[in-house]
Amino acid sequence: MSNNVQEITLRVNSEELSAQVPVRMHLVDFLRETLDLNGPHLGCEHGVCGACQVHIDGVVVRGCLTLAVQANGKHVETIEGLTDKGVLRDLQNAFLKHNAFQCGFCSSGMLLTALEITTHHPDANREEIRDLISGNYCRCTGYQSIVDAIESVLKAERDSNDINGGKK
Amino acid sequence: MNAPERIPQRVSPVSPELELPGAPLNVPLDEINHSKSYIGQSVARSGAKKLLEGRGSYVDDLRLPRLVHVVYLRSPHAHARIKNLNLQPALKCPGIVAAFDGHQIAKYCTPWVGVLGHLKGIRSAHQYAVAPERACWQGEAVAAVVAHTRRQAEDALEFVEIEWEVLPCVVDMQSSLEGAVVIHPELGDNRCFSRDLETQDFEQAFSNAEVVVEREYHFARHTGVTNEPRSILADYNPAEHTLCVYHSTQAPHMMQDIFSRHLSIPESNVRVICKDVGGSFGIKVHVYADEMATAAISVMLKRPVKFVADRIESFITDIHAREHKVKIKLACTRQGEILGFDLDDLTAIGPYSVYPRTSGIEGNQVVNLTGGPYKHQHYRAHLDVVFTNKNVTCQYRGVGHPIAVAVTECIVDEAARAIGMDPAEFRRRNLIADDAYPYTFPSGLKFEKLSHHQCLDKLLEIMDYKGLRAEQETLKGKGIYRGIGLAAMIEVTNPSPAFYGVGGARISAQDGATIRLDPGGMLQVMVSVTEQGQGTEAIFTQIAASAVGVDVNSVRVITGDTGVTPYGGGTWASRGAGIGGEAVLQAGKALRSNILDVASVVLKIDKSMLEIAQGFIIDKLSGQQHLALSELGRIAYFRPDTLPMNFQSELTVTRHYTPREYGFTFTNGIQASYVEVDPETGFVKLLKHWCVEDCGTVINPMLVDEQIRGGIVQGLGGVLFEECIYNADGQLLNGSMADYLVPMASEMPDIVVAHIKTPTLTSELGAKGAGEAGTAGAPGAVMNAINDALAPLGANINTQPCTPQRILQALGKVRQG
Repeated sequence: MSNNVQEITLRVNSEELSAQVPVRMHLVDFLRETLDLNGPHLGCEHGVCGACQVHIDGVVVRGCLTLAVQANGKHVETIEGLTDKGVLRDLQNAFLKHNAFQCGFCSSGMLLTALEITTHHPDANREEIRDLISGNYCRCTGYQSIVDAIESVLKAERDSNDINGGKK
Repeated sequence: MNAPERIPQRVSPVSPELELPGAPLNVPLDEINHSKSYIGQSVARSGAKKLLEGRGSYVDDLRLPRLVHVVYLRSPHAHARIKNLNLQPALKCPGIVAAFDGHQIAKYCTPWVGVLGHLKGIRSAHQYAVAPERACWQGEAVAAVVAHTRRQAEDALEFVEIEWEVLPCVVDMQSSLEGAVVIHPELGDNRCFSRDLETQDFEQAFSNAEVVVEREYHFARHTGVTNEPRSILADYNPAEHTLCVYHSTQAPHMMQDIFSRHLSIPESNVRVICKDVGGSFGIKVHVYADEMATAAISVMLKRPVKFVADRIESFITDIHAREHKVKIKLACTRQGEILGFDLDDLTAIGPYSVYPRTSGIEGNQVVNLTGGPYKHQHYRAHLDVVFTNKNVTCQYRGVGHPIAVAVTECIVDEAARAIGMDPAEFRRRNLIADDAYPYTFPSGLKFEKLSHHQCLDKLLEIMDYKGLRAEQETLKGKGIYRGIGLAAMIEVTNPSPAFYGVGGARISAQDGATIRLDPGGMLQVMVSVTEQGQGTEAIFTQIAASAVGVDVNSVRVITGDTGVTPYGGGTWASRGAGIGGEAVLQAGKALRSNILDVASVVLKIDKSMLEIAQGFIIDKLSGQQHLALSELGRIAYFRPDTLPMNFQSELTVTRHYTPREYGFTFTNGIQASYVEVDPETGFVKLLKHWCVEDCGTVINPMLVDEQIRGGIVQGLGGVLFEECIYNADGQLLNGSMADYLVPMASEMPDIVVAHIKTPTLTSELGAKGAGEAGTAGAPGAVMNAINDALAPLGANINTQPCTPQRILQALGKVRQG
C-alpha cells in the first residue's frame, strides 16, 4: 500500500480546483468521494463495464483505469457537467423516448459513448452502432433500445444536415 | 371569522385541439376502453430522467455523518476450519475503527436456516452472518474490518492473521449425492431436498409407447452480474433503538422483518429504504450473510456502516443459479401425439439453502413446469437437490423456467426429428387447445387461460417460418449451416401466498397502494412494489392517472420505503404489474369516488352527473369543466369550514390486492431463434430472435417489450456465454468480467416482440407478469436452433452454455475434455 499524496490542479466540469490526492487513487473515486460527483458509477472496477466513463479533454476514458493524478492539468467532464453544458440533450431525450435504459446504472457511461458516436461516426449503421457500444455493459435492456435511440439521433442529425445543405 | 367560501365560476370546456394525446376518458375505468386511457400506451417513464443525467441515488452514492466502511475477510478455501484468527495486527492499521470475528457478530445477529414448510423434507444447516468456525465455500466471510475509508479497511485486511485447516471438499454434484464427503455432518448426507411425482398408469403408458426419445442435458452455473453490485448502508440509532437500512433490494418489507428478528429490534423500529437500484434480476431478493453482518456492525458500533461488494466479491458471493443435470424422456405415437414426460433432475446449490426463499424452489419449479405447454396426461419426475462446497445458488430471473423449458423443448425437437415431423407442426398437434381452459396440468398446476395456439400462429407468421426453412435448405447446399429453434413456454407470475407464505416464510403475497390528492391537485402514489429500473413507477403513474382522471405529469410515485408505503412483497416472480398495479387501480378508483363526493358537495350537483378528466371536475354529459382539482384541494384542505358540518373529505385512500383464485397466474408464449453455426470454429451467430408472449393487459407496450428483450438477452447469455467455472478444489476460475462473458451489444441480434392479450379475470386490471418470460424461453430456442443447424452434420449438443469448444466437441473436431 502506498499513501503517497500529490497535489493536482485541474478543471472539473469547467471549475478550477486543486486537491491533494493519494497517487494510487482512481479518478472515479476522486470524483465520487472527494467531489461528490456521483454520476460516474463503479460497476466492475476493472475496465470492462464502462459505467465509470468520463471525459478527459473531450476524450472518453474509464474512470476506474485512470488515476486521479493523471488528470493533473486537464479538463475532466462527468455526466453532470456534460448535461449542464447541453451537449447530451438530444441523446438524453432519445434515450428517454426509446427507453434506452432501465436501472440507469450504465447510462452515464453509455451516453458518453453515444456522444462519441454522434460526434465521430455520423453515418454509423445499426451494426456499427452495436460494435461501437460493445464496450459498455447493460444488463437490463438487451441493447436494442439503445441502438434505436442512437440511430434516431444520427438520423435526425443527417436529416437536419440535408435541409441545411449538407453542412456538418 | 372566516368569510364564506365562494364557489368558483364554472369554466368553459377545453377545446378539442387542446386535448393531450392519450388523455384519459371521462368515464369510470371499468367502462374505459383501455386503448383510450394511459393503459396500453407507450408513455415515456416519468421520474426516470434523473438516471440519464447522473442524478440518481444508488446506495453507494449516500454518505452520512460518522459513516464507516466495512470489508470482509473471505475464505480462500472451498472448505476449511479456522484454526487461528488474529485481528490485532489489523487493528493497528491507520483509520481502523474495529475488527470482528464471527463469534462477536453472532452475539448481535442470530443465525438462520433456509427451509420452507411446504417443501416437504427440505433441510439446511445454520448459517451465520460471519462464519465463526468453518468456511464452506470460497468467498464465505470469516472476519470483518471497519475503517473510516474503504481503502483503509482493505489495506488492514492484509494484516489479519489466519491459519486454516483445509477440509476435504465436494464440488461435483454426483459426488455430493454419493456422499463420500458430507458437508454438514449433523444432516447425515448432502441431500437438501428431494421430490417425486408420478401420475397414474405412467409405467404402462411409457412401456406401450411407440416412440420414446431420451436425452441428458447439462446446465452450467451462471450468475446475475448486476451492474450495480450489492450494497447496503445500515444506520443504527441507539437513542431510539431504531435501525434505518438503505439497501439495494427487491423486497424492503421482507428485509425489515428479517433485520428485526435476527438483530432483535422491534419490527416497527426497522426502516428499509430502497432508492435507485442498479439492476437486480433476483440477485437482490435474498438474505446475504455479509449484509446481515453490516447491519449487526452498525448496531455494535452505534453508527452508520456501509458495505458495497466489489466485482470479485459479486462473483463469489452473489447467488449463482442453474447447475442442473437433467435426464428426460418423451413418449409419443408415430403420428406425433405426446403421451408423457419422464424427468430426473439433479441440481447442486452450494453449502446452504439460501434464506428465506430456500434453494429448493428452482428444482421444484423444474418439476412443476416441465412439459408445461402440452396436453399429455402422463408425467413422472424425480428431483434431488444437493449441497456442494461452491457459492450458494438461489432464485435468479426465470427460476427453473429456463431449465424446464429447455429440456422440454429440446426433447420435443428430438421427438419430432425421430418421427420425421416438422417441429412447428409437432407442437401444433400437442399444445393445449386455446379453448380447453381452465385446465389442470399433470403436475397439479392449474391454468386459468392460455393462448398457445394463437401465439404459435402469430410467431410462424411474423418470422416467416416457411420462408426461413426454404432459405435454410438453400444455404445448406452452399455449406452454410443455419438452424431454426422454437421454444414454447408457460410462466409463473402473480404468485399467491402458495409460493412462500404457506411454507412459513414472512414474505407478503399482497401489496398495497396509497394515493393522496395533494392540495395543488397532483397525486402522491405510494406503493409497496419497488422500482428496479423495469418501469414499475411509470406504470403505476399511468394506472393512477387513468383511474383518477389526471395527466401523467400530475402524478408522483414513491416506492421502496417501509416507513412510507403500505406493506407488501416487493418485486419478484413477475408480480409488480399484476399485483401492485391492481392495488393502484383500486386505490385510484376509490380516490376518484371520494374526490367526486367533495365535488358534489362543493358544486351542489349530484355525484352521478360528475366526472374527472385531466385534473378537472367536469359535467359527465357535456364535458364542461366545473372545478379544477387544485381548487377542490384548496377547499378540502384549507377551507373545510365551508363544507357541510357532517361532511368529512377523505382524499387519501389505501387499497391492497392479493391474488387468491389460482396459486399462480400463468402466462404463456413462444420464442424462435435463427442462428448460423460455423462448423470450423464452433462459433454461433445469432441472426434474429422472435418472441410472442401473452401477459394479458399490456400497460405500457414499450416497457413490456423491453422487459421481454432484456430477459431474452439474459437467456442468450446463459445459453451461449455465461458459466461460473470451478476447479476440483472449489476455486472459481473466472471471477472477473474479463473472464466471465456477458452479452455485449455486438453479439446480440435484433429481437422482434409481439403480443397476444388474454387478460386474467382474477383482477380488474387483467395484467399478468412479463419480466421473466424472455429469460425462460431463450435458452431452449437457441439450443434447438443450434442442434437444427448441426443436424445435417450428424452432431448434437446437450450442454449449456453452448460454447465454441463444446460445439467442436459435438462435431468430433476436438476431444472431450
